Amino acid sequence: MRKFSFGKYALPVYAVLAFVYLLIPIAYTFVFSFNDYRRSNIAWRGFTFDNWTSVCEAQGVCEAFATSVSIGLISTAIATVLGTMIAIALVRYRFKFRSAVSLLLFLPMATPELVLGAGLAAQFFNVGAEMGFGTIVIAHVMFCLSFVVVTVKARVASLDPALEEAGRDLYGSPSQVFAKITFPLLLPGIMAAALLAFALSFDDFIITYFNSGPTETFPKFVYTAAAKGLPGEANVIGMSVFFLAIAIVVTVQVRSSLKAKRLAKIK
Amino acid sequence: MAFAAFSHGGGGGKKVAAPVSKGSGKVALLLLLPGLMYLAVFFIAPLFSLIATSLQTMDISSGFPVYNYGFEVSNYVNVVSQYGPQIFRSFFYALIATIAALIISYPLAYFIGVKARRWPLLQGLMLTLVIAPFFISFLLRTFAWKQIFSNESWIVTGLQSIGFLQPDQYLVGTPFMVIFGLTYNFIPFMTLPLYTTLERLDVRYLEAGADLYANPRKTFIKVTLPLSMPGIVSGTLLTFIPIAGDYVNASGLFLGSTETSMLGNVVESKFLKSYEYPTASALSVILMGAILFLVTMYVRKSGTDDLL
Amino acid sequence: MATEFVARGADLELVGIRKEFPGFTAIEDLDLHIPAGEFFALLGPSGCGKTTTLRLVAGLDEPTKGKILIGGKDVTETKAYQRPVNTVFQSYALFPHMSVLENVAFGLKQRKIDDPMTKAQASLDLVELGHLALRRPAQLSGGQQQRVALARALVNRPSLLLLDEPLGALDLKLRRQMQIELKAIQMEVGLTFLHVTHDQEEAMDMADTVAVMNKGRIEQMGSPEKLYDRPKTVFVSKFLGQSNLFVGKVEEENASSISINVAGNKITVPKDRAEKHKGTIAVGVRPEKAFFHEEKPKLGAGHNLIGPGEIIDIRFTGVSNQYLIEIPNVGNVTVFAQNIGKSPVTELGAKVWVSWKVEHAFGLSDLPTNTGTETVTQSITVQ
Repeated sequence: MRKFSFGKYALPVYAVLAFVYLLIPIAYTFVFSFNDYRRSNIAWRGFTFDNWTSVCEAQGVCEAFATSVSIGLISTAIATVLGTMIAIALVRYRFKFRSAVSLLLFLPMATPELVLGAGLAAQFFNVGAEMGFGTIVIAHVMFCLSFVVVTVKARVASLDPALEEAGRDLYGSPSQVFAKITFPLLLPGIMAAALLAFALSFDDFIITYFNSGPTETFPKFVYTAAAKGLPGEANVIGMSVFFLAIAIVVTVQVRSSLKAKRLAKIK
Repeated sequence: MAFAAFSHGGGGGKKVAAPVSKGSGKVALLLLLPGLMYLAVFFIAPLFSLIATSLQTMDISSGFPVYNYGFEVSNYVNVVSQYGPQIFRSFFYALIATIAALIISYPLAYFIGVKARRWPLLQGLMLTLVIAPFFISFLLRTFAWKQIFSNESWIVTGLQSIGFLQPDQYLVGTPFMVIFGLTYNFIPFMTLPLYTTLERLDVRYLEAGADLYANPRKTFIKVTLPLSMPGIVSGTLLTFIPIAGDYVNASGLFLGSTETSMLGNVVESKFLKSYEYPTASALSVILMGAILFLVTMYVRKSGTDDLL
Repeated sequence: MATEFVARGADLELVGIRKEFPGFTAIEDLDLHIPAGEFFALLGPSGCGKTTTLRLVAGLDEPTKGKILIGGKDVTETKAYQRPVNTVFQSYALFPHMSVLENVAFGLKQRKIDDPMTKAQASLDLVELGHLALRRPAQLSGGQQQRVALARALVNRPSLLLLDEPLGALDLKLRRQMQIELKAIQMEVGLTFLHVTHDQEEAMDMADTVAVMNKGRIEQMGSPEKLYDRPKTVFVSKFLGQSNLFVGKVEEENASSISINVAGNKITVPKDRAEKHKGTIAVGVRPEKAFFHEEKPKLGAGHNLIGPGEIIDIRFTGVSNQYLIEIPNVGNVTVFAQNIGKSPVTELGAKVWVSWKVEHAFGLSDLPTNTGTETVTQSITVQ
């Protein structure tokens, strides 16, 4: 008979507890999205689907959500293009000031959001720019850029340069090689970077708050509403985004796992 | 996986060769220029703007305060003497929360990265759980904790009834609650880099350690821990920096009170409510300076490329 | 693209090629001519400039100086995709996001050749992988990937096929099999093959002509037999097989041969097998052409004899035994003796003499440096 070993079960049990801890606020938000709340969504008053079926009834929730989505899409598009270009240049070309460029890209990630937000706001005040949708997009592109570079750079670095050389050797002109070989092979990395940028933009509050003027984003809506009580509809939007994101990530994982299994079987 | 970006060394794949020099520098320049110009205008210039604003002088001759460019170093002396406790709290809370996040994350990252190695799909799903909090709004999850620990919640009433809390003592508004929230919100930033390093940890080293008569505790201290240093370095940085600048958790609207207000709360109210730009800017510059100092010390040990 | 493609191979000519990288010169002043239809091997250690040469020919790098001519046409200024040249890459570089068939058809599609898929399928059939056309490269074994890479290059009917260590990633058995197949395919299609390798056996086995490259220069070029029998430099004598080298001053000379003095031993080499006839020179002999004797033998003028020495190491390698013999004042000499059942003495410490036929000796153009490998006899004591 084997002795019961504490070490063998301690870690898995710990992991389960840790996951429970991580998921508690999410579960809370989910449960309270079904609360038949009156003025504030604090005490449990009974079960209802109303918050889900008529999300846009609550004042400003859907508008704020739509603003956040469009800011996210625009910032993601700009940051992904600029960041991908930098990532390719960093891996594939040798140039002077390389370490200076690396530092410039690293600094925004090492700077507290508070400083990024306040700095940009000070700049906008100084030049007399009007705060709003445009200034939020400018801010979001700025802090997403470095994250895009990091993500795409990893992909470019793992791309065998011989593949592009083979493309040139097989009569592909530079633009054809980029379109048929480089870009398709970088695409997973670029997509991951775009998803990350969108997530960062969509959820940002600290920088946005300093540079939004009267424009209301979803996190800003939650912040202001927190004082007087958050409508259950906000929980609905939060949970919808959550389920969508989880669905995307889990699908990608299951698919790649199935693919790996298929490969293993053939070999 | 998108969030691998937070981790040290970026997302997987074999590293191929050093940069290959081919084509002209012109192409590289064309690729780099738009993005770098963007950062110059919207990142570097604002930092200088912030410094310039922090040195502005106040003029009240016209009845209401007007700020002019100047070189008012005394602004810094004033903020430090006036907001010393808030500055201290920022770094103290950040330190405690970072350590707490490290202690909570390490066993979890070890379990996912080392023990679950044989089941890649399970590993992936567990990583998804780790980053799951990111998928719900930062403010929503903080708000949820506020409700869970609210004065009327059964947790607080329960703690009061067993005498752990006095009848008039609550959790929300205490330093404990703020640190709790900060720890919770930034745990994934700690777990992911730890996971990335531990995932690459060659278990044969551990076996070698055991083979050379080290007991499990010694093997951990002498082998596992040193080998996971890169993950610890980037994890602590990625956690400490955003926590030090946070103003949501400590805000009276969420988990804090005026007793817990941090540097970020002062900057927020000075900047957006009372429009004392020099004060807010000086505080931001102090935060930036302190962070830069810390990062430089860290980078000296690990090299920028590891972090980028 | 107005590239013309010939059915048969074309010749390749490199004129005064020089390639500099920041900090070092990879190739200095290289002239090379490869006749059409030949299987040509460029052999050398890593870092000798052989892969750089291949990349220059492929158009993947540009020479600092010099001209490249394919079929008499100057292609120096043209880009990789404009040259009638295809490469089998060391890592195979199969496109992971395309099927095997799409990989093979890639070049044909780029050139807008009619019916690329049928031609690609035919090319896959040639390498006996037609049944795997729809798989992804990751689903193939190393040997299969290697063949796909070959089919992908061959289908374009290039004037010149470049092979960059194409068999390096395969295990020994598969490598030998692929060597035979590759040679057969080359004979069948009649293309000019330029094969870059660091494996001397592979080069000697497959190539019509081998060029040994070292430090950015070609040291010696010729048929494998000639290179092995008559190496001209210390480097070639060491890189292709093993050699015993003796250094001494030329002290005797007659109409057909010269003799050097190595610590009192006379070593003779035919004049037509020596690069230099005067001064201090290095003379070598292959270990399998040397014999040893337990008693001092009586040999005619056609033989060199040194010794006595002592056997200090014996290695059994299966086909042969390798003896290391230390000869006082001369150095260590290696002798291979075939395992044919009646082996001579195999005792460590035995006292022996070493002999070989004068006609098997060769005289080199340069002298070994003191850092010679373990198989090279060092006889610096004389100087």
